[in-house]
Amino acid sequence: MPQMNMLQAINSALDISMSEHPLACIFGEDVGHFGGVFRATSGLQEKFGKHRVFNTPLTEQGILGFANGMAAAGAPAIAEIQFADYIFPAFDQIVNESAKFRYRSGNEFNVGKLTIRTPYGGGIAGGLYHSQSPEAYFAHTPGLKLVVPRNAYQAKGLLRACIKDDNPVIFFEPKRLYRASVGEVPEGDFEIPLGKAEVVSQGSDVTVLAWGAQMEIIEQAAKMAKSEGISVEVIDLRSILPWDVETIAQSVRKTGRLVISHEAPITNGFGAEIAATIQEECFLHLESPITRVCGLDTPYPLALEKEYIPDALKVLSAIKNSVHF
Amino acid sequence: MTNPNNVSLNISHELSFIGAHALDIPTVSLLNSDGTLHSDATDPNIDQDTALRIYKTMRFIRALDERMQAAQRQGRVSFYMQCLGEEAAVTASAAALKDDDMIMAQYREQAALRYRGFTLEQFMNQMFSNKEDLGKGRQMPIHYGSQELHYMTISSPLGTQIPQATGHAYSQKVPHIDASTGELSSEINNVTMCYFGEGAASEGDFHAGLNMAAVHKAPVIFFARNNGYAISTPADEQFAGDGIASRGVGYGIKTIRVDGADALAVYAATKEARALSVKTGEPILIESIAYRLGAHSTSDDPSGYRSKEEEANNTDCPIARFKRFLLNQGWLDEAQDDAEDETLREEILNALKVAEKIEKPPLEDLISDVYDTPIPSLQRQYDALKEHIKAHPQAYPVTAGRIK
Repeated sequence: MPQMNMLQAINSALDISMSEHPLACIFGEDVGHFGGVFRATSGLQEKFGKHRVFNTPLTEQGILGFANGMAAAGAPAIAEIQFADYIFPAFDQIVNESAKFRYRSGNEFNVGKLTIRTPYGGGIAGGLYHSQSPEAYFAHTPGLKLVVPRNAYQAKGLLRACIKDDNPVIFFEPKRLYRASVGEVPEGDFEIPLGKAEVVSQGSDVTVLAWGAQMEIIEQAAKMAKSEGISVEVIDLRSILPWDVETIAQSVRKTGRLVISHEAPITNGFGAEIAATIQEECFLHLESPITRVCGLDTPYPLALEKEYIPDALKVLSAIKNSVHF
Repeated sequence: MTNPNNVSLNISHELSFIGAHALDIPTVSLLNSDGTLHSDATDPNIDQDTALRIYKTMRFIRALDERMQAAQRQGRVSFYMQCLGEEAAVTASAAALKDDDMIMAQYREQAALRYRGFTLEQFMNQMFSNKEDLGKGRQMPIHYGSQELHYMTISSPLGTQIPQATGHAYSQKVPHIDASTGELSSEINNVTMCYFGEGAASEGDFHAGLNMAAVHKAPVIFFARNNGYAISTPADEQFAGDGIASRGVGYGIKTIRVDGADALAVYAATKEARALSVKTGEPILIESIAYRLGAHSTSDDPSGYRSKEEEANNTDCPIARFKRFLLNQGWLDEAQDDAEDETLREEILNALKVAEKIEKPPLEDLISDVYDTPIPSLQRQYDALKEHIKAHPQAYPVTAGRIK
């Protein structure tokens, strides 16, 4: 099996998707000949033509409006928003249009063929506007699916599933791992089902849950905890909407403890939803309060990024507090 | 690149500003108010069947609008929007399309849908959000849509359909592009028709949609209905430029302005626009100039924001003008027309009485179509709701008796 980094894995998923459907198009800012600012679409314009892989003017609301129309016409529309921090001009098109297209028309029309790709997250010295994790805003919108891969393999399989899924999906790509995450990825086509979490490593004392780039952090924390004699069950949520309540609840019934970690600010982050649901599902099994290790309630900082991020040490500290509660 | 800034290569040594209204854009009008052709106008040679179909559609919409406005006042429907004054703009433009060209409208374009064959019952079922409504009773009255008739379901947020129309149109062009040259290899089968008001043209989506259509050459017809008002806000508080048409030039889009109360002019302009668009793949902007003879909706009263004098000076009825044209042509029998109108009004009242008695959609329509299939959490919420309703049937009379 070839080694790929996450960008190559994404590029491969896009390549397969473009070959699969003659009307599929990829578009966004700088995605054409240049191949995107992170080079995720490298070589695709040369292969599929300027009419199917193209730059758009600088207008996120336009990109999503265009994408909604294309998907409504029945063509796979794969739109890139260059940074998730810049998705907000498209908020109306996503929240009021993509998410409600099928419902409001009584299924006369739908934009199931829409996939939005966008790099998210910090750790790259990107400051306020190249670091955000805006998933929770979209998680509050019925009609959308939200997916976040943790490595190259997952990125390819999940992106293929997003493109083939008959609902509008936002695929958040952990940009910090674009080149850092290298692993074996099949050359050919494969899919990883949406809405299913994965138990990455089994443990018995505490369940630690994250998604995307934060997985690397909690795995590191789990290793540190192990050396202190704590057995951690590590779970990758993978899909934020719909999310796999059953896999998490099953794990927490076993361990009796849950630590949730995400980069986004803690207040109203998606961790809050998980905590509320799991306490309801697992109330009598809980040995300690469900804890969240997240970003602070500030804009994403620059010089003090290290202090801000929910790093492995903070996660380890939460694990110990949970176990010794 | 020889022209990296993508501008006219035209150097001047004189410091002068271009006037904001430098273009002095004309309004194309073909029919006199007496229904005769202007002496210097070219006859677009509309055929009798099309002309009558336009007329009957306009007559139907006027009757429906009057009936439903009254029905709202009686408290039978929550909301209504009339097309008064713009019947020709909407109907005649729809008539110039192929019936399978997608229409992406704003909300006041019920005449285009009727032209395509939306039935009286379908209109009523939507307005009464009963179980026969294609939209499953989910949207306020007048938010029609029909896949069969290629009429995209109306969405309340203003202007969102504009960039969508661009993407929709572009997708229809893709199979006609020669991948090696990037040029069109054949005429495009369909255009996408996009209607919006002059107020909606202030939304960011307008700019995004027109610019992208021009840059990517999408076969879309942007039909701006300039009716002078956005609810209560007059056009001179909406923009300072020369209407909406002047912006087309800025985006690099071929543009025409027509008298929107002149069905013949609208028809001719749209037909020409369509022919150009399918051949070249490029977008066209049509600005229709008409006067909103009625209120914005049943929720406002124009006497609060415009003068009696202004209203008295703007009474041009597009239906009456086109009727005179048909009479001049000898295509319409006035006595028969009056009789048909009488019958139509009875049919509308009867259909209203039927639709308001049809039961509301079943409970499962609360959660269907959020996704292609309900996600597990939603299914759990639904199951819990069903149990709750079964436990308190008297509190939920609309659905309690029908829960499966």
